[in-house]
Amino acid sequence: MNFQAIKTIYMFEMMRMFRTIGQSIAAPVISTSLYFVVFGSAIGSSIKSIDGVSYGSFIVPGLIMLSVLTQSISNASFGIYFPRFTGTIYEQLSAPISYLEIVIGYVGAATSKSLILGLLILGTANFFVDVSIQNIPLMTLFLLLTCITFSLFGFIIGIWAENFEQLQIIPLLVITPLTFLGGSFYSLKMLPPIWQKISFLNPLVYLISGFRWSFYGSGDVNLGVSFIMAALFLIVSLLIIRWIFKTGYKLKT
Amino acid sequence: MLIMIEIIEISKLNKTYAGKFQALTDVDLSIKSGEIFALLGPNGAGKTTLISMICGLVRLTSGTIRVDGKNIEDQPRDIRQRIGLVPQELTTNMFETVWDTVQFTRGLFGFKKNNKFIENLLKSLSLWDKRKNTMMTLSGGMKRRVMIAKALAHEPDILFLDEPTAGVDVSLRKDMWTQLHALRKSGVTIILTTHYIEEAEEMADRIGVINNGKIVIVEKKEKLIKKLGKKHISFKLDNELKKIPKRLANFKLTIKDKVLHYEYDSKNTDIHISNLFDALKTENITYKDITTKQSSLEEIFVELVKNS
Repeated sequence: MNFQAIKTIYMFEMMRMFRTIGQSIAAPVISTSLYFVVFGSAIGSSIKSIDGVSYGSFIVPGLIMLSVLTQSISNASFGIYFPRFTGTIYEQLSAPISYLEIVIGYVGAATSKSLILGLLILGTANFFVDVSIQNIPLMTLFLLLTCITFSLFGFIIGIWAENFEQLQIIPLLVITPLTFLGGSFYSLKMLPPIWQKISFLNPLVYLISGFRWSFYGSGDVNLGVSFIMAALFLIVSLLIIRWIFKTGYKLKT
Repeated sequence: MLIMIEIIEISKLNKTYAGKFQALTDVDLSIKSGEIFALLGPNGAGKTTLISMICGLVRLTSGTIRVDGKNIEDQPRDIRQRIGLVPQELTTNMFETVWDTVQFTRGLFGFKKNNKFIENLLKSLSLWDKRKNTMMTLSGGMKRRVMIAKALAHEPDILFLDEPTAGVDVSLRKDMWTQLHALRKSGVTIILTTHYIEEAEEMADRIGVINNGKIVIVEKKEKLIKKLGKKHISFKLDNELKKIPKRLANFKLTIKDKVLHYEYDSKNTDIHISNLFDALKTENITYKDITTKQSSLEEIFVELVKNS
């Protein structure tokens, strides 16, 4: 294992985060705080509690997920797309480094950034709403699993994308709507039965529900099902990445 | 006597890209340890494909590449650690500083930080003063030097340079030649592709010519010039000669503006220049001056590519 190379890629990506701290950390933390102010403190006070949890507190897990999902994808996809775009990818491909090590470096850094961001948003939420975490290990595990899985997914997008528009299209047009419609701001029980059924086709429902379960001990779907779905996304992402490197898809001719 | 072993052995190498474009056809080539090998060829001849395959950037369709006896498909890590590549394009991360980008490459190749080594490397390439500059602030020539520094950051003993002096001014080009000669002295095997025949003539120990994906010839530089070079003699005549006399017909002479031209194959043992001088004397053709010229590598290259 070329640990030095993994460390080099990891540190390079982490330094990028510190160089662009406004974009990487400050912007998502501030924009999520605005949600807490508007939906938690302002509008939230006139909305009745859900499953015994005040509305402001109810939306915390969903908003953390929203940021973590989009940032995991953005960080990992940009991390691998940029060297492809500039042509510097030749260095990674000609270095004595395996595909697994490349993935660990890029996805590891993207995961770390999202984890830091998720924890920062959680800390910030405390300033605006009451937050209680019923099961901290479970919350940590769910957060970590989500960060890894969606960083892997972001890595796939970074390999697939041919331009900056394609790089943005999945986070903006797929992930954000699915997160909004996946119960970030409401319980699925509040929907008409037909929309509840349709919502179960949304894979992000399971992640948001499982994450919320670790906070308040209840969710829209069974905790076990949430875990199985999260593990399934992880396995599918890993299998796609394995195929990419086996075939050299968009990397080697 | 220094015995040069074959450090790179390429056998029956083929590359067919998607879309059935055959970039390389049955390429056989050996590179000797410690030599400077120049690969010449017109655009699209297959030079970059060949280098990219050795460096692991392009997949092999068939054939084998061995570096120091190791097959690149079986032991890619061992081999890649020994190879440095300066690509044709100036591909750099524009936001990185010179220092960071060179350190990054060293780390990618599994080497721990060695500030002293990088300092010496940057100084040897006249980049030390620019170490804190971001890549986007450098000129094209400076960027090219950084590319070389990056390729040398992990102390490789084989260096590939894909058109290293393209777009570089004459003075910088000569600096680079000096640096490459110094590298060769330190034991680095250098393989370069170039469009500048003058560069191959100046630098290379051996020259390979590739065209349409096939190796046309591989020969020592001097031998190539001697083997394929033509000689040309011009006689500046005293008096105008309207027609070549019949006795001189065998020599296939041409005449233009009171200058008689004779071109001959220097390796042809049947040709004796004295015969021509004797014949001119017999015909009472007198001349003021004689100039001789050996064909340059450029002329040989053009001829080879035309005929291949």
